[in-house]
Amino acid sequence: MKKKKQDKSQDRSKILDCLWDFQNQYGYIRDEDVAACSKDLDISQVELEGVISFYHFFHRQPAGQITIYLNNSIVSECKGFQRVKEAFERETGASFGGIDPSGQFGLYETACIGLSDQEPAALINFYPFTNLNTLKVRSIIARLKKGESPASFCDKIEEKIRWKPPKDKTIFFRDYYPGIAVSKLKDYSPEKIIEEIKKSKLSGMGGAFFPTGLKWEFCKNQPASPKYIVCNADEGEPGTFKDRALMNEIPGLMLEGMTVAGYAVGANQGIIYLRAEYIWLKEKLEQTLSHFRKMNLLGENVGGIKGFDFDIRIQLGAGAYVCGEETALLNSLEGKRGEPRTKQFFPTEKGFLHLPTVVNNVETFCAAARIIELGSEFYLNTGTANSPGTKLLSVSGDCHLPGIYEIEWGTQISDILEKCQATDPYFIQVSGPSGQCISNKELNRTIAKDDLPCGGSFMIFNENRDVLNILINFSEFFKHESCGVCTPCRAGNFIIQRKLNKISAGLAYSSDFEEVKEWGNIMKVTSRCGLGKAATNSLLMALDKFPEYFQSKVDHHKEGLNKAFHLEQAVQEYEKFNN
Amino acid sequence: MAKQNKQITITIDGKKIKTSPGENLVKAAKTNGIFIPSLCYFESNESPLGTCRVCTCNIDGKPSPACMEKTREGMEVEVNVDELKNYRKAIVEMMFSEGNHFCPGCEKSGNCDLQHMGYEMGVSRSRFPHIFKDRLIDFNPKRMIIEHNRCVKCRRCVEEVLTDDNLQVFSFCNRGNETVVGIDYEQEAKLSEEQALNAMHICPTGAILVRGQSFAKPFGDRRFDMKSVQKDYQKQLPPENPDKPREPKTIATISLAGCFGCHMSMLDIDLELLDLVEFVEFNKSPLNDIKEFTKRCDIGLIEGGCCNSENVEVLKEFRKKCDILVAVGECSIWGGLPAMRNTIPLRECLEEAYLNGITTEPGEYIVPYDTDLPKILDKVYSCNEIVEIDHYIPGCPPDAHHIWKAVMNLLWGEQYSVLYSEFKYD
Ligand SMILES: Cc1cc2nc3c(=O)[nH]c(=O)nc-3n(C[C@H](O)[C@H](O)[C@H](O)COP(=O)(O)O)c2cc1C
Ligand code: SF4
Ligand code: SF4
Ligand code: SF4
Ligand code: FES
Repeated sequence: MKKKKQDKSQDRSKILDCLWDFQNQYGYIRDEDVAACSKDLDISQVELEGVISFYHFFHRQPAGQITIYLNNSIVSECKGFQRVKEAFERETGASFGGIDPSGQFGLYETACIGLSDQEPAALINFYPFTNLNTLKVRSIIARLKKGESPASFCDKIEEKIRWKPPKDKTIFFRDYYPGIAVSKLKDYSPEKIIEEIKKSKLSGMGGAFFPTGLKWEFCKNQPASPKYIVCNADEGEPGTFKDRALMNEIPGLMLEGMTVAGYAVGANQGIIYLRAEYIWLKEKLEQTLSHFRKMNLLGENVGGIKGFDFDIRIQLGAGAYVCGEETALLNSLEGKRGEPRTKQFFPTEKGFLHLPTVVNNVETFCAAARIIELGSEFYLNTGTANSPGTKLLSVSGDCHLPGIYEIEWGTQISDILEKCQATDPYFIQVSGPSGQCISNKELNRTIAKDDLPCGGSFMIFNENRDVLNILINFSEFFKHESCGVCTPCRAGNFIIQRKLNKISAGLAYSSDFEEVKEWGNIMKVTSRCGLGKAATNSLLMALDKFPEYFQSKVDHHKEGLNKAFHLEQAVQEYEKFNN
Repeated sequence: MAKQNKQITITIDGKKIKTSPGENLVKAAKTNGIFIPSLCYFESNESPLGTCRVCTCNIDGKPSPACMEKTREGMEVEVNVDELKNYRKAIVEMMFSEGNHFCPGCEKSGNCDLQHMGYEMGVSRSRFPHIFKDRLIDFNPKRMIIEHNRCVKCRRCVEEVLTDDNLQVFSFCNRGNETVVGIDYEQEAKLSEEQALNAMHICPTGAILVRGQSFAKPFGDRRFDMKSVQKDYQKQLPPENPDKPREPKTIATISLAGCFGCHMSMLDIDLELLDLVEFVEFNKSPLNDIKEFTKRCDIGLIEGGCCNSENVEVLKEFRKKCDILVAVGECSIWGGLPAMRNTIPLRECLEEAYLNGITTEPGEYIVPYDTDLPKILDKVYSCNEIVEIDHYIPGCPPDAHHIWKAVMNLLWGEQYSVLYSEFKYD
């Protein structure tokens, strides 16, 4: 069998940028762009179409001069999504999923855009507009129609750091002076850095909690080079916005963390994979990068260390939650469809362009920089013995003070709820839809790796929210974001959603709940990546934790009939045709 | 793959097996006579695709796809554990629910890997609702026809079908449950006849067809018709109380939205029918033309799904009057061939059948509609979407012996085992 030739991988990794150029220039990607681009890269058109169609923000049809993406996450839904959606349609004359007849406006729903503390929120030509309501929408559209540019009057995103520990325990949101961590590098050998990180017990903050020191060591020990440091700034888990806060407030800290990693593993290239939803942060990051270069915190002989060259570039994503999964992210960086890879190799072995690569979350890099700055002793002095350090929570939903909370690992749920003034919590979703849900009977549990490990999302729902509604929103999210490569996730999420709608319509027997459990479990065991494996987590847990609620949804009368079937409904179309 | 002479020992289901190290696990198991179901995996590909998940086994205690594993010393593999068997079966069922698989009308039937997996695992129906998504049949390529209804997104074609310039002819497009395999017309035209045929053969299902080529081989001669690859293939109901005397029983049968093929098949046991009628009495059934139930029956055999209001009423009556209901044949199990219309709006179906069809009598352009006539449903429903069904016998039509073995087991607990060659979808 023929083997595929080595593609021009370096060129190819520019595909996403190239497609963004077309998208920005014409409002969509035209046939001639596809033809030209595929010819340029020496790939077939269908392969390029495959890439384009994978990403939500690339369009093959005109998507309006002004493209509006309204967030449809559950928090948005709770805060008035439906009304805002209708307002947009009324004011623009377009329907969601398309453009208005004049082609000026395009309206699209999109998954969480990382503004859960200010919902409902939308991106208009990728500029953020938050706390939307009918009136605000009317005025926004009026101004746009008058020709004002979205950039000129978008909302400025101010970070609300609602809580941090006493000064001697704060890790992230303490005073930051650029360059301290990098300036310490010359006192350390790479081995020593890894040792220090290991000592601190730092583990990944992106949700998988893999020990960071160990990851760096694996990469360092790989003979192949060059090596790469990749920062996962794809923050897509609904309800999470802590990476946004870090990049918005102290972007330098993240760059320093990446530089520390580069020094430790022997890499000289860093890449920030920034989700397209955060394009509005890109300028600030670019500015910080050039500032760092001027200060010799990036570039050649970084921090005065002879021979240590390290620089960082930004790669923009294009709208795909699954690209947060590290191997999918690497494929996306290489200009491919963001499908997770098979798990034959760790990225530290074969990562970007099949070369050794460290992929860490924004918060992980920030913590690493602080550990080098403050020492592992300092870090170990916070949190619990098993989970030292602090954790950033993005708190949203039914509480008075949504925003960022820097808490010590080991903090009780009740404590957090009190701080954010959630007076009537009923259903709390920790770590987003892929995480876990807890009921208000479990408020003494703690955010800790051995109790409730948390990636950052913390969504609170009160008793007025319908549990099934929440779960259906999650299921819709996974259905839409599944990459489609493996059967259980591709087909399973779709099938489960139908079942949930049936339950929600009050048409379920207890056997339906047994089936949901069985099916959810099948997806969990057999899916290829974390998305499919975690997609039914919350559902399975909710079934256990809210038995009274689900009992109220069950019909016990069966008599061998399936009441989801309605004869009158089934013949309606025929009757209509004949009348 | 560099072959070493050194042999290693791995354990599969408690059995120690000698093999060379670094061998693909599915292949190593097969060499040793152990069947691990697989679909996207094929032996010539050295970097397996890992897309279908049909090969999920416990590897050193952890469920993962066997096709992604290389053999190594001391590896512990569990294949035939009830839980895993159930998972693997579920995945195959998902594929049937996700696509539109009308086996009796498929060029690949009998040579199809998906169908084969269904047979090996004893999939008599899908536990998942059929999605009936409208999918394209793409006649645009020069040499090929792409039947998207049958594609299981295994990815073989994407990886393996390349032009002489090493360009991909196929690629996944879209994502999630909208994922389809896109074909590049320009590149496809560059393939040689041989390359095109290879594409057809590499596809495990009937999704890639080459014009002018058919798989036509008589029943019995096709690849997966007669023999299981499992040494101990034995399917279906466990023996129950085998010595019970045959009490007389009553049977009712009906053909709903079916073609009477299943009823024909019921008669196909020839002389054994004479044995049977000594113990069973037929009540309502087209076989004896009894139109109304005269008493409660032990078992009701349903052929066909429901396409109109009368079907629904009759089916509900069967549920009321029979202790056990058996869905016989694909149409009653999930809709079968009549459900081909489920991806098309009813309006279009009616217009095509009664108004615009080439067989419409000139001047007779009416859609039948009368209070005396049954009303047509928006789609064809499987029987279990309307009432509870207790058992399912697959096939289009099911093999006569399969039907009666199942019925005798249900009525008198008689032991039986369905032969591999009797378990069919077409
Ligand atoms: C579906 C899915 C989505 C993910 N999304 C993100 C993400 O948005 N940001 C992130 O840092 N990690 C995400 N992860 C986790 C990454 O795969 C990976 O574990 C992480 O980037 C490693 O960095 P860490 O060790 O610093 O946490 C995701 C994982 C999965 C399975
Ligand atoms: S689990 Fe879902 S997202 Fe992950 S590989 Fe499979 S289809 Fe793609
Ligand atoms: S033979 Fe295979 S491809 Fe064809 S309809 Fe049946 S299962 Fe599908
Ligand atoms: S067309 Fe055939 S080979 Fe290609 S993905 Fe579909 S089933 Fe697999
Ligand atoms: S055969 Fe192993 S995943 Fe498909």
